[in-house]
Amino acid sequence: MTEQHTLSVLVEDKPGVLARVASTLARRGFNIHSLAVGPTAEAGMSKMTVVVNAPELEQVKKQLHKLINVVKITELDQHFAIEREIMLVRVNAPPGKRGEILEVASIFKATAVDVAANSITFQVTGQPAKINDFLDLIRPYGMMDLVKSGRIALAREPKARKLKATG
Amino acid sequence: MSETTGAHALIKSLEHEGVEVAFGVPGGAILPVYDPLLDSPIRHVLARHEQGAGHMAQGYAWATGKVGVTIATSGPGATNLVTPLADALMDSVPLVAVTGQVPTYAVGNDAFQEAYTTGITLPATKHNYFVTDVEEISSVVHEAFHIASSGRPGPVLIDIPKDVLNARTVWSEPGELHLPGYKPTTKPHPRRIAEAAEMIAAAERPVLYVGGGIIKAEATEQLTALAEATGAPVVTTLMGRGAMSDHHPNVLGMSGMHGVYTATSAMQKADLLVAIGVRFDDRVTGDPEAFAPFAKVIHADIDPAEIGKVREPEVPIVGDARQVLVGLLEAWGERETPNLDKWWTTLRNWQEDYPLRYDQQDDGPIKPQYVIEQIYEATGGDATVVAGVGQHQMWASQFWKFDDPRRWINSGGLGTMGFAVPAAVGAKVGTPDELVYAIDGDGCFQMTFQEMITAAEENVPVKVAVINNRAYGMVRQWQRLFYNERFSASDLGSGIDYVKLAEGMGCVGLRAEKPEEVADVVSRSLEINDRPVITEFVVDRDEMVFPMVPAGGSNDIIINGPEDL
Repeated sequence: MTEQHTLSVLVEDKPGVLARVASTLARRGFNIHSLAVGPTAEAGMSKMTVVVNAPELEQVKKQLHKLINVVKITELDQHFAIEREIMLVRVNAPPGKRGEILEVASIFKATAVDVAANSITFQVTGQPAKINDFLDLIRPYGMMDLVKSGRIALAREPKARKLKATG
Repeated sequence: MSETTGAHALIKSLEHEGVEVAFGVPGGAILPVYDPLLDSPIRHVLARHEQGAGHMAQGYAWATGKVGVTIATSGPGATNLVTPLADALMDSVPLVAVTGQVPTYAVGNDAFQEAYTTGITLPATKHNYFVTDVEEISSVVHEAFHIASSGRPGPVLIDIPKDVLNARTVWSEPGELHLPGYKPTTKPHPRRIAEAAEMIAAAERPVLYVGGGIIKAEATEQLTALAEATGAPVVTTLMGRGAMSDHHPNVLGMSGMHGVYTATSAMQKADLLVAIGVRFDDRVTGDPEAFAPFAKVIHADIDPAEIGKVREPEVPIVGDARQVLVGLLEAWGERETPNLDKWWTTLRNWQEDYPLRYDQQDDGPIKPQYVIEQIYEATGGDATVVAGVGQHQMWASQFWKFDDPRRWINSGGLGTMGFAVPAAVGAKVGTPDELVYAIDGDGCFQMTFQEMITAAEENVPVKVAVINNRAYGMVRQWQRLFYNERFSASDLGSGIDYVKLAEGMGCVGLRAEKPEEVADVVSRSLEINDRPVITEFVVDRDEMVFPMVPAGGSNDIIINGPEDL
């Protein structure tokens, strides 16, 4: 059974490190569903958020650990992680349909970032599920183009201390 | 130090790491490195092919325990190194490869002799570097040697464009290592060690299953001490031959596909496997579902990715094999050696009932096993044995009795045919006072024999026995057993005149075609020490390697000989 796993990989910010990580996953035939790379709090380091379709990741996590430039790997549990995506979607919007479309968009807090004679481009941010819901509703109007950032994610902080403070 | 070139800085760095010898082949992009090499105390051994250079560096590393160094040019020079790199990765051989690259401005432009070397070698190395700044050379070389030789050893490649090699720089000593993602765990967890010792003490049918990790960690003494303290039998992998003396009564030999019956069966019946520096390779386990069904497993390895990869252990231990053994010995303490008489009775009965055997008739063709035994007898076992891949390799590992580590060199994981000749040259360069006798097959020999020219030119008097069955013997064996004797593309025809070939390359050639000639040819080969010697043994081409567990089969079903077929 193939499931989606979210890996947070802390790497040294060096040329080729993305290729090493991607190659390690490709060797096993695992498909990368999404990937986001960017600088992180520590200087000289980058954090990759990799969403992978794979039956299990234990062995490949160990193999990733063997890469010299990989510092830390965390597999994030979707229930205990903050996951976000950003999407830009251009929707077919002839003047007669604009009102409806904007109404749907406002429910999802999608921002119109470009409006043309027959189209509106929305920016949507949020949890992947929310973005997909928005897409489902907007799809019937006709999508002209779509681009998504890779998913980014952080593990949630344990709640214990917070509870103690308030209780 | 005064201003110099990147190439000179590279040579300085190699010297700084203690490099004494490098094996290589020059070419356009690496030319700047070959110029200062002339003035360096580093000995350069000029191979006839980069694959040969790489395997020589491997043989050198196997024999000495030091990092082997190989140098090649860009493009085809680098691609020819891929096989030795992949081989070294599989067998955890410490290697540093330096390749020239086309000048930076031409990189990525399909320049003459350009290949994307770091891309091609990415999955064939432990790590690799593309050096774009001449100032990095000193630190990169230092890191490369550290990575190659520490943790689980392996190959590291450094690719340097020609303009970087020609750039001006001032060499300085490398600074502190900064490798935040690379911190191998060498010290085992004491609680795990204590658990392991308890399990060993409680076991009725324990087996110490040990491999190349023991040799890399130089833990022979500690392994022998543990075997004696616990009374447990020892099974070695192909890579672990010599990890403990074959003459020690606790050592059962090699297990697995072509392992001795007792070693393979001991694991099948064991109630505890103490696996140290091994990786449960498919040639050892056969069908993993049917492997060692009654055994609990303690698995110690320096590479955490090996633990649980094939078999989930009851006690996982990450650490250096020697430190693991030292820990186990301490945890064992003053315990009495458990009474394993019942277990040993079973094992000794198997040894008696299922010895390794072959049938050499006086008037029949030479049996390959007989050749190996004759070389063993004549040398008293005092030699480094280097093998290629195939039947001859299995026979060598079965019939030679290894007393010491680092005296058995072969291509285990990758199974690289043609490994023996260049690896023997490298081993002899590294240990010139040792007798280095390669036991090769004719198929293997024909893949890399040009390195005998290197041996002759470089005055490296190795000896190579060609076990000549005029075929790819192991392929033929499988075709006989599993493909209805349809011998497709495994017949090498009448072959070549090895004596003439040897002479043509500046070596001595000797040939034995009958059993009674074998001893004489071997003893003559041992008398010649000023030139490389090639000894050809024309053997029975139908001889097969037994015991055998067919690939993917259960280790409970062992074919002991032709009568079992």
